[in-house]
Amino acid sequence: MAIRNLLGGDNFITSRLDDVIGWARKYSIFVYPFVTACCGMEYMSVAGPQYDLDRFGAALPRFTPRQADLLFVVGTISQKMAPILRRIYDQMCEPKWVIAFGVCTCTGGFYNNYATVQGIDTIIPVDVYIPGCPPRPETVLQGLMLLQEKIQKQKQEY
Amino acid sequence: MSFLENLVTQFPDKIKILPHARGEHVLEVERHILPTVCAYLKNEHHPRFNFLMDLAGVDYSAFGAPTQVAAYTGANDPVSKPTAQDFSLNTHRERFAVVYNLFAWPEKLRLRLQVPVPELNPETPTVSHLWSGANWFEREVWDMFGIRFKGHPDLRRILLYDEFKGHPLRKDYPITRRHPLVDNQKAEAPFQAQNHHAAPFRIKIPEPGKQTQNMLLNIGPSHPAMHGVIHVFTELDGEKIQKADIGIGYLHRAFEKDAENVTWTQVFPYTDRLNYVSPLLNNVGYAMAVEKVMGLQTTERCQYIRVLMSEISRITDHLTCIAASTMEVGAMTAFLYFVKVRDMFYELIEEITGARLTVSYVRIGGVKADLTPEFPAHLQKVLVELRIAMKEMHALVTRNRIFVDRMKGLGVTDKETAIDYGFTGPFLRSTGIDYDVRKAEPYLVYDQLDFDIPYGQYGDNYDRYLVRMEEMEQSVRLIEQCMQKLQKMPGAPLNVDYEGKEIPASKMADLGKYGYTKGLLQIHALTDPTLSGGNAWLHDNIFPTDAKGVVLPAKEKTYGSIEGLMNHFMLIMEGYGIQPPPGDAYHAVEGANGELGFYVISDGKGQPYRVRVRPPCFALMSGFHKVIEGDMIADLIATFGTVNMIAGELDR
Repeated sequence: MAIRNLLGGDNFITSRLDDVIGWARKYSIFVYPFVTACCGMEYMSVAGPQYDLDRFGAALPRFTPRQADLLFVVGTISQKMAPILRRIYDQMCEPKWVIAFGVCTCTGGFYNNYATVQGIDTIIPVDVYIPGCPPRPETVLQGLMLLQEKIQKQKQEY
Repeated sequence: MSFLENLVTQFPDKIKILPHARGEHVLEVERHILPTVCAYLKNEHHPRFNFLMDLAGVDYSAFGAPTQVAAYTGANDPVSKPTAQDFSLNTHRERFAVVYNLFAWPEKLRLRLQVPVPELNPETPTVSHLWSGANWFEREVWDMFGIRFKGHPDLRRILLYDEFKGHPLRKDYPITRRHPLVDNQKAEAPFQAQNHHAAPFRIKIPEPGKQTQNMLLNIGPSHPAMHGVIHVFTELDGEKIQKADIGIGYLHRAFEKDAENVTWTQVFPYTDRLNYVSPLLNNVGYAMAVEKVMGLQTTERCQYIRVLMSEISRITDHLTCIAASTMEVGAMTAFLYFVKVRDMFYELIEEITGARLTVSYVRIGGVKADLTPEFPAHLQKVLVELRIAMKEMHALVTRNRIFVDRMKGLGVTDKETAIDYGFTGPFLRSTGIDYDVRKAEPYLVYDQLDFDIPYGQYGDNYDRYLVRMEEMEQSVRLIEQCMQKLQKMPGAPLNVDYEGKEIPASKMADLGKYGYTKGLLQIHALTDPTLSGGNAWLHDNIFPTDAKGVVLPAKEKTYGSIEGLMNHFMLIMEGYGIQPPPGDAYHAVEGANGELGFYVISDGKGQPYRVRVRPPCFALMSGFHKVIEGDMIADLIATFGTVNMIAGELDR
């Protein structure tokens, strides 16, 4: 058994605490889907049976920001919506991450007009940007894996 | 004597007939007698115009003004600037106009009223006492144009926020002028401020000292069960909704302003994102409105393809709606089944259009690409899957006690309310009115196809669910008939090079780019009819051959001949391109949620002067408080699911 070998025959392994916590955190992401627009359709597909977000330990959406670790900002953020997004981000507990899902959240996309926020990073910090209009589910999964990598490598606060 | 002339004799000197190039009935009405005319049209006239389909503002201040790039007319002579007298638009030359699109059901008669409004005193009487649906439409015109409506009960901003200064759809408002973001605390104002009803909401807080008081509850804009961002402000007595008010505009992306700042073709990507669950229907609606202005007729094959793709889009929309609304009442399995099938449809759409969701597939005068040779087989497979999923859905929920109890008898709407607010689509049909644009005013080839319009009886959630399920069956029927027809028409050939070998179209286009064009056209080599390249012969099947100023030439012609290259160049260059003659047109298609109308105004330039969408959701949500008042708070979620509000279309 490979795991036996890894354990060296005894029932312990040595690791850095940061690594262990990071490993635990990256596979138990609770998502808050802040779905506003078109990208929500692809979010449904990602969460649906074919692409299955569950494989990454990130399937269970929490619809209160106080229980969520990851804020998925899915879709265009308008000037009217921006304060609400900011409030929801503020309500989330540390540690928290943000994924900008779709090009509108990254830069405003092709909506360069009076009503649209030109990228949510003008309001809240963003960890991973997933461009695309809307991004394909595969792109989203890649973005999520990048975030997992980031969570694993970051300095853990506990 | 037409009914228009009758009307003119009824109100002499006050109204006049505006001739319309495409045969629409248009009247110009003086604003002072507008309520009288409208009351007459609605109550006494035969046929009675019981629907107010759309109410839009227009700012004519920049009409016909020269743009920076000279327009291309095909010759070197200077462009004759269209004047307002040339056609039936705004003959008074006032700055603003308010346009009312009326519809008479069941006589299927349309009438457009044009009311000039001067710049100095932009005010016109309200018609919200006649059609309740006018309430929100007028608020939107106030918000976007700053036209006041005298006598309106509640004239405040609807799509934008109170701190916004200016009226963005006025022509002198620069598209990128943003205002500072509103203070975070203001977002919670409805809960905290005692006098909040003064500004954002019209519900009164009970006086202090009273024994009981109703509870105020905000639902949304970010709420798990709200698909799309919307703010439902409820006043609860226990769990019962006494009053409700709906706040919208959280996804206002300035579609109509954007459309005025891009070329006619570039509007398509924006239309995709209106109702993003069925983008193809929006594409078709916009394209047909522009074609109506231009008087352009598409080819038969193209029309069948459009119907086919529209119906596929309708199915994905209904799948999403039913999946989401059943999930809200607890049927997670049903959601998974339908989303699985929806993904298959997305892949099917991707095969034809190149994109899963935001397709931009339709072009003015045609469609982007023909069907692939494998498409019929793939479609068959997916339709089988759809039928299985629908069977499973029926088995899972249609007679499921939990589901039925949450659906039957809730969210009830009667016919009068539905008409009053301008409800259309499955919502209207659930009340028992079988109005469907596809039957009432058949466009494309719907009159040659055999299908039924399902309608309900009680106007409750359950009826809406059943209507949508049955509509999917009917769409499948339409798709199958279209496929039969399309397969009889000239189909998709293989690509062959000079030696008879099959080559991919991209390679062929590359050959053209490098100038290896000798014989490219003569040998009748055919490229892939789909995304990666053109195909002169097949191109003609999906585009009218005589419309040179509209349709991009086939890729072989672009790369193979100087005429084709010039044609392509002229259509692509900004300020050249498609330039419909000055005029306006309203064209409605049956969207997944109801009548999706596009009111398009051209002033003969390369950019649309005005593109107005009649969003079915907007009318639905303007009457939504009527639907939920009296129900329990938990039923709001179930009802909201079956309304199928799409924020992109609602807020534009």
